[in-house]
Amino acid sequence: MSAQGTAAPPRPEPPRPAAAARPRRRGPSSTQLVYLALGIILVVGAVLLAMRGGNLFSTGNLVDMLTRSSLLGFVAIGQTLVILCRSLDLSVGYVVALSSLVAATTMAGDPARIPLGIAAALAVAALVGLANGLVVTKLRVNAFIATLGTGLIIRGYLDTRYQGPAGEVPAAFQVFGYSRIGFVPVSTAVMLGVAVAGILLLRRTRLGYHMFAVGGDPEVARLSGIRTDRTMIIAHVLCSVAAGLAGLLLASRFGTGSALVYDSGYDLESIAAVVLGGTYLMGGSGGIAGTVAGVLILAVLDTVFNVLAIDPFFRDVLRGVIIIAAVALYARSQFAKRASRVRFPKAGPGDRAAGRAPTRAEQEQEVRQ
Amino acid sequence: MTVDQAPAGPPPGAPTPPAERPAAPPALRFLGGASGPVFVLLILIFAGIFTLNPSFAEPPSMMFFLRQAAPLIVLAIGQYLVIVSGEFDLSVGALVGAQVVIAAALIDGEEARTLPVLGVMLVFGLMVGLVNGLITTLLKVPSIITTLGTMLVLSGAIQLWTGGAPTGALSESFRVAGRFGIEDVPVLGQLPWALLILVAVALAALVLMRSSYGRTLVSVGDNETAAAFAGARVWLVRTGAFVLSALLATLAGVLIGGYAGVTAQVGDGLEFAAITAVVLGGVVLGGGRGTVVAAMAGALAVEGLFTLFNQLSLPSTIRPSVQGLIIIAAVAYAARQGSLPWQRTRPRAPRTVQPTRR
Amino acid sequence: MRSARTPLAAAAGLAAAALMLAACTTDAPTDTIDASPEESAAASEGDWFDQAEYDRQLAQRDIEPEGPADQPWLQAIEPEWVDTEEYAVEGGDHTVCFSNASVSNPWRVTGFITMQQQVAVYEESGDIGEFRVSDAGDDDNQQISDIQAFVESGDCAAIIISPSTTATLTPAVEAACDSGVPVIVFDRGVNTDCAVTFIHPIGGYAYGADAAEFLVDNLEPGSTVLALRILPGVDVLEHRWAAAQQIFGASELEVLGFEFTGGDAAQIRDTVEQYLQRGEVDGIWMDAGDGAVAAVEAFEDTGNPYPVFAGEDELGFLRKWEETGMTAIAPVYSNFQWRTPIVAAMRILDGEQVPSEWVLPQEPVTEETLPDYLERNADMPSLHYAQFGGEDLPGYPEAWQDR
Repeated sequence: MSAQGTAAPPRPEPPRPAAAARPRRRGPSSTQLVYLALGIILVVGAVLLAMRGGNLFSTGNLVDMLTRSSLLGFVAIGQTLVILCRSLDLSVGYVVALSSLVAATTMAGDPARIPLGIAAALAVAALVGLANGLVVTKLRVNAFIATLGTGLIIRGYLDTRYQGPAGEVPAAFQVFGYSRIGFVPVSTAVMLGVAVAGILLLRRTRLGYHMFAVGGDPEVARLSGIRTDRTMIIAHVLCSVAAGLAGLLLASRFGTGSALVYDSGYDLESIAAVVLGGTYLMGGSGGIAGTVAGVLILAVLDTVFNVLAIDPFFRDVLRGVIIIAAVALYARSQFAKRASRVRFPKAGPGDRAAGRAPTRAEQEQEVRQ
Repeated sequence: MTVDQAPAGPPPGAPTPPAERPAAPPALRFLGGASGPVFVLLILIFAGIFTLNPSFAEPPSMMFFLRQAAPLIVLAIGQYLVIVSGEFDLSVGALVGAQVVIAAALIDGEEARTLPVLGVMLVFGLMVGLVNGLITTLLKVPSIITTLGTMLVLSGAIQLWTGGAPTGALSESFRVAGRFGIEDVPVLGQLPWALLILVAVALAALVLMRSSYGRTLVSVGDNETAAAFAGARVWLVRTGAFVLSALLATLAGVLIGGYAGVTAQVGDGLEFAAITAVVLGGVVLGGGRGTVVAAMAGALAVEGLFTLFNQLSLPSTIRPSVQGLIIIAAVAYAARQGSLPWQRTRPRAPRTVQPTRR
Repeated sequence: MRSARTPLAAAAGLAAAALMLAACTTDAPTDTIDASPEESAAASEGDWFDQAEYDRQLAQRDIEPEGPADQPWLQAIEPEWVDTEEYAVEGGDHTVCFSNASVSNPWRVTGFITMQQQVAVYEESGDIGEFRVSDAGDDDNQQISDIQAFVESGDCAAIIISPSTTATLTPAVEAACDSGVPVIVFDRGVNTDCAVTFIHPIGGYAYGADAAEFLVDNLEPGSTVLALRILPGVDVLEHRWAAAQQIFGASELEVLGFEFTGGDAAQIRDTVEQYLQRGEVDGIWMDAGDGAVAAVEAFEDTGNPYPVFAGEDELGFLRKWEETGMTAIAPVYSNFQWRTPIVAAMRILDGEQVPSEWVLPQEPVTEETLPDYLERNADMPSLHYAQFGGEDLPGYPEAWQDR
């Protein structure tokens, strides 16, 4: 095998007809669809609970749902940014564990050291993100492998350095994990704050536009003067920092840092939440508002399953089915939408034959229009 | 059989013009291609093992090593087929675990049930592959999500069925393939059945990749639009890859179940090990590039790496770090190699030949 | 993170800080978190050896427990009885809530069946109206939420907790205690003694020591031992290894190494075969018996003599042990402890005394007791635990057979 692409696409990339050299506003339908799904699940869940004499919207259940959503929320918001750039991050679980340990050991039970602990945890997370970004862009390693690799590296460090939980989080910082305002946990409020910041970043800043452009088509983005590498690196740094926030939340809830959380599957779960939220896995389309809904869908499901005392193994089955079904639904609507853009086909490095003909599916789509 | 199996020519009957590619000297091609590093890595790993422990080079030791490595190599072949067609299969680890648990529960120690249960497993594997393939191709769900979903469903359903812990027992005859071999072979000592099965599967994979299906598979991964234009039924070709991957995972389940018996953790993490192996072999995620031989070499390298760590008495906890570094380094090296002059031509060619818009 | 183009991220950080300050004045479910005991410091430094606790556990092995000898789940070693009248509730039909770490391994599956069967007895008698279970799937954060949900719901008469990790669940358990509902902790502990009773077998040090002492006694000086471990950083497992290290360190055995296998049989076989390829292995020490049979088979299939083996009371291993006649011991982390929390909950709701720390006996299966355990469990599947202690429950034996 000798003909190796100079700029091998960083993501598994079947050629797709959508080309978004310009930042594409998410069509309202995509996000609306996600929130519609969330609404349906809420209604169905509420009815199911009501039949058992329960109330899905009792304070207890609301708190439960929101608490469950905040941790995955941080990770998934970050994951959205890298996925928008047509990358992904499998190291987030390890970053969560690492930053929880860095925070707890730095704070060491001293309230005065809380800011230092937060700064240290986020700085370490940012460094990991920088490493991910550099490996993906400069060494041109596929993001799947690059972040799997950095994850393994961190894992080795965690297993060697920390045999079990370490550090102590002062009581003042545990407020982050345990307090709430009305029925909204502080952690959820912070997560939503980060989500709003992320949405503004994507919609109102040049960096945000660049992310959509890089995800839409790196080659076109590069040709139109965007520093694609820098955009990608920043996305990875922000993703890791968001995972670092999740680590801080865990530290505050645990009262200590824990290496074992890397086994909790945040990597794949966050990707599922992002895709469930309507973000296109091949980059360039989607957004954080959808991701938040995706996270909420998973949290509502968890709470409903929990209250209904559904067997934990059956929960996995249902989750798997729901994720596939939801994405299949989005794929249908996105596919229909994309077909109208087929006039600007991509001819990136992956496409051998430029000026390619439309696939049969595309032809059919066009005929139907 | 050269190592190069890139779609050098058009699929039979395909009108697409082949990509232009100035020939590089064969030796350079071998070392410089994306697959080159894996063979270098393989040589380095085994040089290291043999230096540390010369007795490892003796044929009986190698037989044991190959028996250990066989399941991962089989999985890597399946994963290669899926990856080269431009997709992922994250469900293989869960499928291996599910198949072993199914086998134990249905056989329940009864010799007579071995063959019927093998049939059931085959059908089950086929179904999982079909589900993966059809959801990915017809419903347009990204394969990473499809197979993540099937992974959740499989592990959940199996545990639901067995109440969380595997029940039953495998029969002795079920375990023959993974555990035993032909005894008293001159020089080799025991010739494991697992190795013979592996060789058969590997040969079949080589033949498959040289067949028209294999070429179409690669061209679909390289450029599905062009392949479709050339007459390939993309969905059918990809679904075939998923089915083959699931069937090979079933075979790996038979080998692993035979080799080690039943535990609750069978299959854990094998999907990442298989993907790592394939990528170490220089196969590009995203499809269209890489050879099945290199993927197998990648699997051998992954297994060899664990043996080397063991021979080095590297502390158990630090091994993931070293593994991570080596994976990144190998893939980065391959990416760098890819920018040598004679390799740059293919991706560049279309852009210089034709405008990007039609 | 704060690139010039992303002032919003900084703004978000400020907003977050502001929110947190605002939150300090709101209702914190746990306002006594700062009461974490000092002894947590030792455990949280990652040093798993605690000489005093080690000595205590080793001594407890020889103490005759109080209580009926044929019902080990009711026995207690040196109990300190505490009054529970404040928790007494009139009548029956109690809602008992159980936050389970997971049922992710056969030991927990077996125990959870026993627990459910014990609950069935009390449901039959009308003492338990509802048994509510949350399964956290080994996710500490999930379990914290589960416990909070129980507290929040307000209708648990008693909360039973099997923590997934000692240190990390401490704040949540304290919050549950603060709610005034009686809390029962079992299996792994937490770094607080706020629970009414903490139920556990003697412990990890005793387990590791039972196994290591057996190897030392049955192997010639200079023999080699390989330690097979599941995962790093899990306290119950780390304690076993810490005790073994003490004993091996003082012996003349050579520890070849310790390897993490995740309890996966294939990985165990790989590891053992590789060590056998390099040289002799005379003894195997395991921190949990998952996959022990695969380790034995690695010796068989490579033509090596059986090692002296320390496994666990898992039936697959016990049967292999009998079949091969090898020199072995099966240390036990008493599975019958899963019954005790239900019994304790009933006693507490009746206002009866319970031990503040309910230490259950923990007796390894030896060559002498092996035939007895095999006979008693003759109809049980592999991956069932010999000392599950449910033979007198109504669902026996089907409940454990078709799990």
